Amino acid sequence: MTSPNTNKSTGSNSDSSAIPLLEIVDLHVNVEDKEILKGVNLTINAGEIHAIMGRNGSGKSTLSYALMGHPRYKVTSGKMLYKGQEISEMSPDQRAKLGLALAFQYPVSIPGVSVSNFLRKTVNAVRGRDIPVKEFRLELKALMAKLGVKDEFLSRYVNDGFSGGEKKRLEILQLSMLNPSLAILDETDSGLDIDALKTVSEGVNALSKADTAILLITHYQRMLNYVQPQFVHVFQDGKIVASGGSELALELEDRGYEWVTSEMQPTPGTGPNATKTSSSSSSPSPAVVGAK
Amino acid sequence: MSADLAPALNNKGLPESAKPELNKSAGLEGIGNDYKYGFSDKEDYIFKSGRGLTREIVEKISAMKNEPEWMLKFRLRALDIFNKKPMPTWGNCGLLNDIDFENIFYYIKPSQKQETDWDEVPEGIKNTFDRLGIPEAERKFLAGVTAQYESEVVYHSIREDLEKQGVLFLDMDSGLRLHEDIVREHFATVIPAADNKFSALNSAVWSGGSFIWVPPGVKIEIPLQAYFRINAENMGQFERTLIIAEPGSFVHYIEGCTAPTYSTDSLHSAVVELIAKPGAHIRYTTIQNWSKNVYNLVTKRAVAHEDAKVEWVDGNLGSKLTMKYPAIYLLGERAHGEVLSIAFAGEDQHQDAGAKIIHAAKNTTSMIISKSICKNGGRTSYRGLIKVYPKATGVKSSVKCDALLLDDKSRSDTYPTMEIDEKDVNIEHEATVSKVGEEQLFYLMSRGLNQDEATAMIVNGFFEPFTKELPLEYAVELNRLIQLEMEGSVG
Repeated sequence: MTSPNTNKSTGSNSDSSAIPLLEIVDLHVNVEDKEILKGVNLTINAGEIHAIMGRNGSGKSTLSYALMGHPRYKVTSGKMLYKGQEISEMSPDQRAKLGLALAFQYPVSIPGVSVSNFLRKTVNAVRGRDIPVKEFRLELKALMAKLGVKDEFLSRYVNDGFSGGEKKRLEILQLSMLNPSLAILDETDSGLDIDALKTVSEGVNALSKADTAILLITHYQRMLNYVQPQFVHVFQDGKIVASGGSELALELEDRGYEWVTSEMQPTPGTGPNATKTSSSSSSPSPAVVGAK
Repeated sequence: MSADLAPALNNKGLPESAKPELNKSAGLEGIGNDYKYGFSDKEDYIFKSGRGLTREIVEKISAMKNEPEWMLKFRLRALDIFNKKPMPTWGNCGLLNDIDFENIFYYIKPSQKQETDWDEVPEGIKNTFDRLGIPEAERKFLAGVTAQYESEVVYHSIREDLEKQGVLFLDMDSGLRLHEDIVREHFATVIPAADNKFSALNSAVWSGGSFIWVPPGVKIEIPLQAYFRINAENMGQFERTLIIAEPGSFVHYIEGCTAPTYSTDSLHSAVVELIAKPGAHIRYTTIQNWSKNVYNLVTKRAVAHEDAKVEWVDGNLGSKLTMKYPAIYLLGERAHGEVLSIAFAGEDQHQDAGAKIIHAAKNTTSMIISKSICKNGGRTSYRGLIKVYPKATGVKSSVKCDALLLDDKSRSDTYPTMEIDEKDVNIEHEATVSKVGEEQLFYLMSRGLNQDEATAMIVNGFFEPFTKELPLEYAVELNRLIQLEMEGSVG
């Protein structure tokens, strides 16, 4: 298999008849025998930016873990197709090599492992080749400068004693180095002050410019001021209950999540924005309302 | 020296017969074998004692070495003690009692004379060393190499500037021959033959090991290194090391051990004595990776006089059973002792390791950091002692033991003992046992590392406080060994 870089689509929405980058069909996921995802449908094409919004406990993060292959998140039915391949049986590292990457909400610390050593090993693993040290350094230093990450960062242990902001910067730095075809950002905006939010968002936008599709999972609208999604989905009780364009996010911010439930369910496609954006999408069905 | 005494056993100059054998094993044979250094050189010895231990064998060893009378007497007395002493009744008694002392060779002498120049080292032996990386290490920054091949040192070089400084760095046999007065004054003063059954055994049949004497005030900048290697089936290796640092001096000694895999058990029972005189500083670093059939029962002890400092940096991988508790007797005021150790136990392995610190003077300080990992049903034990004598006021000591379990079948125990007979002291003890977390693994795997690579990274990180104390080449080697251990080829 060639490297994810060459696999990546050459442009966003370049060919609507092509296989979608990610196609989730009626996905059900259990965590310790409890069903958390109850029939998720979502399609993401190369280079697109999608936002998933929803309350805490709605299952947003479960979707990101299930996509990345956490062993405790069991797919009980449905499909997860990435570049046309079913990935639910794949280990997380196989998925990473296919081009998926997850920026964690709560990145764990790895004591005793320096950031530089960690970055080199993981980037080499994903790219499938040993990048010469010099080349690696140059690339890394350039990205660090963009993300406002200091040199001393490299010799610290991964996430060990990091502040919330530092952790998120490191997540984005990693994703920038990994250069995935789909970046899943799980509550990346949480715990960030406004400056950190800006820099992290710039990092995400740079990823997007480099044709990485973005799946941004968030509780708040505020990151969407900096990263503008083409598609916004509302997550509730384990599935997507409404989809729309970026204006949906603003509406959520104004009106909260209640109206979605009251106005948009149970009949799909009756929301103020949902049907509009759904039909304007270039992909087969990137936006689904009240799925299933 | 003693070639004339050696029965002409297979004495035909090593290289030709040894080479093809080695090349063969360099090919496919070793593949799939979990132990990387499990190749074996063809045996070609000048003298090999019969199996088992008798008074005659001890006399023969001493005679072949042309030893002074006092050493022979010392050996024979030690043999008596060994025969009388019961086996230890603690530790892993089951495994200990499996040792068949009658089925072990107690002395093997591989080649005729001491080699001083690399070019003169027989080809077969050299190939073995090549694989262990000795020549490369030497080219880089070795101060002197004492490579113990079987029971005898075959290669030995000391850099000229060391000689100029008056430093003595010899194998123990030569040390005794050439510097009998220094040896006699210090030998077995730290670890008497009667200390334990295995120190008695070593005292009776010891051969090889290193002898280092550092003159007052001399600080040796570069670590002195020695490689050890057991190469004959059922062969006991009983090296004896004595390091004396005169007042105000400094020496860092490093030993790294690898051994080939054999099907029957091998016994390694060393005695290491360190003497740090006032203001001296000795650091002793060991990384051992005995093959998984070796019993490694080692007695290591140091004395630190006033203002002296002793550090044991001790890495235990491999072996079937290791019992090793580096000790430091802080005899003079303000003396400082540190034991920094790691242990790794896989399937059918038990690492019973720890440290002992005896505070026998005022304002002495110590630190113990012990880290152990077990997987596939392996077992690690920390066994430690902190003792503070009455009137040893102002003592400070901290003990930290961390164990990491890689699965549910493995086991880790802690046996800390504190004997504190003085009130004005500050002792800290902290112990943790943890498991490799699912979340850590998932995080690393989501970044493209497979499960083995991810585990190895976590393990290397866990050992990092140890690894960072090692010279770079050793740190790299250790990380590689851990990688091999993680690759699932074990068990």
